[in-house]
Amino acid sequence: MKHIRNFSIIAHIDHGKSTLADRLIQYTHLVEDRQFRDQILDNMDIERERGITIKSQTVDLPYIDENGQEYQLNLIDTPGHVDFSYEVSRALASCEGVLLLVDAAQGVEAQTLGNLYAALEHNLVIIPVINKIDLPVADVERVKNEIDDELGLDPDSAILCSAKEGTGIEDILKAIVERVRPPKGDAEKPLTALVFDAHYDSFRGTIVSCRVFDGTVKQGDTIRLMSQGTTYRVEEVGVFRLNREPQKELTAGMVGYIIAGIKTVSDTRIGETITLDTRPAPEPLPGFKDVKPVVFSSIYPIASDDYPSLLEALEKYKLNDASLVYQKDSSAALGQGFRCGYLGLLHLEIVQERLEREFDQSIIMTAPSVQYRFYLDDGTRLDVDNPLYYPDPGTIERSEEPYIRASILIPERYVGVVMKLCMERRGVNSQMSYPTPGRVEVTFDLPLAEVIFDFYDRLKSITQGYGSFDYEMIDYRESNLVKLDILVNGEKVDALSILVHRDNARERAVRVCERLKNEIPRQQFKIAIQGAIGGKIISRSTISAYRKDVTAKCYGGDITRKRKLLEKQKKGKKRMRIVGDVEIPQSAFLAALKTDDE
Amino acid sequence: MNRTDLPGLYVHVPFCKTKCPYCDFYSVTDTSLVDRWCTALLQEARMYPGLGEFDSLYIGGGTPSLLDDRQMTEFISALGGIFRFAPETELTVEMNPDDVTREKLGLYRSLGVNRISLGVQSFAEDEVRFLCRRHTAQQALSALEAVAGAGFREYGIDLMYGLPGQSLGAWQVTLERALSFDPDHLSCYQLTVEGNTPFAGMAKEGKLSMPDDALQAGLFVKTSECLTGAGFLHYEVSNFARGKERLARHNVKYWQHTPYLGLGPSAHSFTGRKRWWNVRDVTLYLKTIHSGHMPVEGSEELSSSQMNMEKILCGSRTLWGINVRDITPPLSEERITGLCDSGFITVEGQRIVPTLKGYLFADKLPLLIS
Repeated sequence: MKHIRNFSIIAHIDHGKSTLADRLIQYTHLVEDRQFRDQILDNMDIERERGITIKSQTVDLPYIDENGQEYQLNLIDTPGHVDFSYEVSRALASCEGVLLLVDAAQGVEAQTLGNLYAALEHNLVIIPVINKIDLPVADVERVKNEIDDELGLDPDSAILCSAKEGTGIEDILKAIVERVRPPKGDAEKPLTALVFDAHYDSFRGTIVSCRVFDGTVKQGDTIRLMSQGTTYRVEEVGVFRLNREPQKELTAGMVGYIIAGIKTVSDTRIGETITLDTRPAPEPLPGFKDVKPVVFSSIYPIASDDYPSLLEALEKYKLNDASLVYQKDSSAALGQGFRCGYLGLLHLEIVQERLEREFDQSIIMTAPSVQYRFYLDDGTRLDVDNPLYYPDPGTIERSEEPYIRASILIPERYVGVVMKLCMERRGVNSQMSYPTPGRVEVTFDLPLAEVIFDFYDRLKSITQGYGSFDYEMIDYRESNLVKLDILVNGEKVDALSILVHRDNARERAVRVCERLKNEIPRQQFKIAIQGAIGGKIISRSTISAYRKDVTAKCYGGDITRKRKLLEKQKKGKKRMRIVGDVEIPQSAFLAALKTDDE
Repeated sequence: MNRTDLPGLYVHVPFCKTKCPYCDFYSVTDTSLVDRWCTALLQEARMYPGLGEFDSLYIGGGTPSLLDDRQMTEFISALGGIFRFAPETELTVEMNPDDVTREKLGLYRSLGVNRISLGVQSFAEDEVRFLCRRHTAQQALSALEAVAGAGFREYGIDLMYGLPGQSLGAWQVTLERALSFDPDHLSCYQLTVEGNTPFAGMAKEGKLSMPDDALQAGLFVKTSECLTGAGFLHYEVSNFARGKERLARHNVKYWQHTPYLGLGPSAHSFTGRKRWWNVRDVTLYLKTIHSGHMPVEGSEELSSSQMNMEKILCGSRTLWGINVRDITPPLSEERITGLCDSGFITVEGQRIVPTLKGYLFADKLPLLIS
């Protein structure tokens, strides 16, 4: 055990976490250079494109120091986004130390702080690493000052590195061995192993990633998942190299995997404690939480015949993502679909993109919503995340919506625009602190609903990319909510209804009407598009009728072409939704639901 | 002329002296190829031995009337030797007004041509110039006079409307001028900007200000009202005949899925199930035939659902309408009533027949009923 080190890398987005992980793997010769594929740990397309890690992967790095002593360095990769903060916390709970990566040009950012606090909470050894020192705009001295002033860490303890060029890697590995504590634990005690991740393998079922704190687990044991009380027989235990390597056993201090015939990742929980059925631990490890979705939206197939195929895709997707929850939903305009709950907006986008790319689904996603609370006159409380279930407004005594505390780190010159943005988004309780000269940390309490509506993009754009943002959920607060309906030729398009603060209703209604006007093709009659609260129309746009749709010529050479066009249009029509007599193309739904201003 | 179910023969003459900027029919201006084209065409004709009788021969283009007397004589008589034609076959030649002379008309009559289709397009000088026609408005009038007096069994006039800046009144004048010659047939084409034409380029650069669709619809309705008021039958979106006996027999075959054989570059042929089309390139056409091969570029065999779709799209454009049995899935009574109430169709026994408003939405109608 004294030759084991368990550590994570934590960093703000784009500060080079995956590149550093790759370098560490390469340096410890886990892979030959020629096999080396950049950013081995991020192997999902979306991750590669966005440069963020979504699903974490763990890898054991064999390292021999200058005295010839062999060490087992377990790198526990963490998802790099606030949506997955609980997963991050479980990964950190499995470590004794972290590399806190700071970009030599960008310096400390909001998430760096968030990460630091998380690491401190778990009492981890923190090794600051200043990455990207090869950049011409790198400013190591400034970043060292920030590490000192903003993070309160010893700047002299920071290691300089360029993961891209491979400099400083040896120093990092040495520091891990020297500074990170070896794990404690007793292999003789009853088993406690913390589940920090789970993957689905179509041959083996769920591969559970865990950190063993006490005890030993081996093939043939019967394990028990303590929060659920379910038991499974262990088929295989092992450690992660680039592939899984089976071991005789996993003992206290080790990080590895367990395969035990667990069918889906949803049968286990991140943060779950594994013990032995025959000799259970008296108590589970602390910190287990059942994560609840915070953002909701519905998914519909573009062609209603595709509903069974969408169901199948969701079932398959869910095998590997326990945090997505869904149930059947149906809409008069869009037919049968699913109401889904996500950990956050990024999670929602990931689900959408993966359904489209990997599962080849064409989908319409409704506007993201948070979960509102309505206190009714009969004394009950109704939680609503779907505008379809908005209660009769006459029965509502009061309503509440969830708030977050946003922490925004910006150069001082952007304070004005950021304050303005937060005020527009109904931010309250602003506070400012100046961690270093020229830099400001602004905190605001903001309705979550305002944040899921293009807040981050706006922040990035008004601060020219310098603003960074982190948030935590705080509480529910009273709010004045209304349901905004969109009507096309007098018929309500239920899939476009949203719950919105009364003050924002008109602006949103005008925007949706304008967008629909631009996207719904003219038809042989006039089309009225209206935004309404209850029976009251608050916005309106009109699409004029077209007066003719006929081409002059139809001779021998034209008929095939015309038929092909017709075949194409008929196919397109399947992808249209008919509301009343109006054909609404998919693009109109997508445009109406789009969150950005452009 | 009544329609029959015998197949029709089409010959594409792919030559023009000048190219009109709106036209997307295939033609080239290199008339030095005409003789070789003529030889190749007859060779192509011989590639289809043993066919039954035709009851129409339509010589279109391009500009068939630019063939000189020898060329036209040789090739019409050669076709007569290769194929069999029923008695009373409709034999149409398309003519450009500037090619019309009394001598030429006389020759055509002697060759058995019994129907002339004259590409007048407009009687207004500014419009004729805008369309870059080779003739003047005055030439069109003289040509028309000559054709009308030449004693053909039938003749028709092609006109264009919906031109930039054209008013309802100006179009009415053109129509009345045409009617004053008492033609048997009128084809009135709304100017359409076709891809890969000079007009398409102009439209893209914003240099072509087409009438808005309200005016276009107004022009369309005006055309129909004016001509039906004068006793014409509006039997296809763009075609009017003085009574059922004067329908353009050959063109009707396209809309009724009667078989036809097309010869020459870009010509299309149809057997009732199978359709094929020739290469759209004279040089390649000549080369292919010279090497003894059919100049066919592509073909398709229609599935029954494709066949039905074509029947629906053609039926939406003609007074014969659509047989409800060809509509799958079958139209509900409710839907039919809805379309009648909206004024798109009327029901005549087993057929649903487009109204004038139905014609106005002929490209949309197939989507509304299938």
